[in-house]
Amino acid sequence: MSLLGEIERNHADLGDGRNTRGVLRFITCGSVDDGKSTLIGRLLHDSRTILQDQLAAVTRASSKRGSGELDLSLLTDGLEAEREQGITIDVAYRYFATGRRKFIIADTPGHEQYTRNMVTGASTADAAVVLLDATKGLLPQSRRHLLIAHLLGIRNVIVAVNKLDLAGYGREVYAALRASFENFAAPLEIPNLLFIPMSALRGDMVVERGANLGWYQGPTLLEALEAIDVESTDSSLPFRFPVQYVARGQVRSYMGRVAAGTVQTGAEVIVLPSGRRTRVKGISVLGDSLGSALAGDSVALQLEDEVDVSRGDMIVDAHRLPRPVKAFTAKLCWLASEPLAPRGRYLLRHTTRTVKARFAAINYRIDVQTLEQRPLEGEVRMNDIVHAALAVQQPVFVDPYAMDRATGAFILIDEATNQTVAAGMIE
Amino acid sequence: MKSDRSHLDWLESEAIYILREVAGEAANPVLFFSGGKDSIVLLRLAEKAFRPGRFPFPLMHIDTGHNFDEVIGFRDARAAELGERLIVRTVEDSIARGTVRLRSADESRNAAQSVTLLEAIAEFGFDAAIGGARRDEEKARAKERVFSFRDEFGQWDPKNQRPELWDLYNARVHKGEHVRVFPISNWTELDIWQYIGREKLEVPSIYYAHRRQVMRRNGYLFAPKPGEQGEELSVRFRTVGDISCTCPVESDAGDVQAIIAETVSSTLTERGATRMDDQTSDASMERRKKEGYF
Repeated sequence: MSLLGEIERNHADLGDGRNTRGVLRFITCGSVDDGKSTLIGRLLHDSRTILQDQLAAVTRASSKRGSGELDLSLLTDGLEAEREQGITIDVAYRYFATGRRKFIIADTPGHEQYTRNMVTGASTADAAVVLLDATKGLLPQSRRHLLIAHLLGIRNVIVAVNKLDLAGYGREVYAALRASFENFAAPLEIPNLLFIPMSALRGDMVVERGANLGWYQGPTLLEALEAIDVESTDSSLPFRFPVQYVARGQVRSYMGRVAAGTVQTGAEVIVLPSGRRTRVKGISVLGDSLGSALAGDSVALQLEDEVDVSRGDMIVDAHRLPRPVKAFTAKLCWLASEPLAPRGRYLLRHTTRTVKARFAAINYRIDVQTLEQRPLEGEVRMNDIVHAALAVQQPVFVDPYAMDRATGAFILIDEATNQTVAAGMIE
Repeated sequence: MKSDRSHLDWLESEAIYILREVAGEAANPVLFFSGGKDSIVLLRLAEKAFRPGRFPFPLMHIDTGHNFDEVIGFRDARAAELGERLIVRTVEDSIARGTVRLRSADESRNAAQSVTLLEAIAEFGFDAAIGGARRDEEKARAKERVFSFRDEFGQWDPKNQRPELWDLYNARVHKGEHVRVFPISNWTELDIWQYIGREKLEVPSIYYAHRRQVMRRNGYLFAPKPGEQGEELSVRFRTVGDISCTCPVESDAGDVQAIIAETVSSTLTERGATRMDDQTSDASMERRKKEGYF
């Protein structure tokens, strides 16, 4: 049976939403020139996600524009300005499902002036698909995409060596590109780096295997995306539970989502910042008692002892604590159109905790083409990535971002405008 | 520990997290409840987020006066069953005040709804309004944030949205501004029906196949106008908005499993099959949203 047939069959089995591998969020990095829109269009089309009326609308818009070919980028470029300029500006989220998994694509722009949008899309992604144009070789843009994905802590990277139809489906072209990319990526030590030769235009190795790449024995893109394992890493981390909301009924319940690790009834925990040690008495959702909860689960916790806990506090593994800090260093992507004000007043949002923050030092700029340090010259502007030291008024409880994204990430908010101005990754 | 969490578990946990963030960050939130399937799912998620306590927000419906009786009846019954406060504001009130003027009495009131909605937000001073919009519904919505900022005029500026990273949502507003919050942004129509099935949620009867008098025009099914001779077909509604622009589809699906099967094999999107107001141009949703529409 063809894969497409299998998708249809599995769809029919989706019924109660069981027997699936949950959700995989991934980001696609590349530009229209690399065939990114064609690739997304191919994934959606071959997984039967694009429907007739959407296709009809794209056909209408394509012919209105005078382009003879069906322009699948019109499917994903949702804003008027994007369609007028023929580019992706903002992050768009796309959805498709197979019988095994639901997928959320963050479709982000590839150009350097939209680095902040790629950072945004990458922040929630479990995997990145980096597109290479086989006819052009390894371009600076692809290096930048890999480095940003790495910076944002993405552990699964699939390199799609695309447009092989224009290179005679040559194995040597693919092998050479793969070697040069591997060479470049080696120092980053990406845990799961995979290469797939393909032609998104012809549909080879995206959903179907096609007839042209018989020399390649590995998975198709869709098979690779279905196989990625995201749960085991999150669940093996120390337990972290940022408190979102406190219900003061007969039994005091602390509501939140497990940010990392797992928790069982009876587990010994410490409440931060008070440092009180207690045990988990109950874990519940809507009256159902659960024996345990793991990373990603939204639950209510009850504790053995009366402890003063409020929003912004964190309940953690009693034996593996996060670092309480009032000063720390971080990599920071500046997101706002107003430049960074070194003496400015900012609010720092870390897990469910919001504290006042200021810059102690801005150390250097990070070159997103090479990850090399560059001296600071002039202001820190939109899309810049810098290394900085920050000081906060109240302690925050952190883990290195490279270990735990949930407790290693923060945003800065301008106190005057309420704008989100920076994204930070704690060292 | 090996997880057996399905995609519905994942979506549910994310939505509960978002609802609790609104409760933790906003001073005066509200949840829009229309009696439609998406907001029915929102209420179930709110139960999971806050029970055994009360919801930390009232429910509100902006009634165009052109709603299906079954849906309005369902809305009132569900709010009463939950014991939560339901606020209803009507487009009629805005017409009476002179803030909404229609060209004709039976014109679609979908756009006029935005005026009433913003008036209601101002009346109660809400700083966060939770809605059941989904990104898969329309391509302008695909670009919308989970916490989506509205200025003092209630306007959405798609080119100047707040960046939204990780699950660190920014709900901060100045007086007179508000955020719209969409906990089920990442759900599709199929997810909604699978969840309704899993949680055994009741929905208004017109979502299921029933016999109804309809007229065919331009590939859509309409209620016959007075004097017109329609035909009786087995139909159901995929969406239950304003009567004047919401069309039923031919269907025999009498239960949730049949609807899921139909959704999987459908060749038209939810809005493409049913909503006249989205077909006028490529950007009609984006333009309405900029003016304050949900």
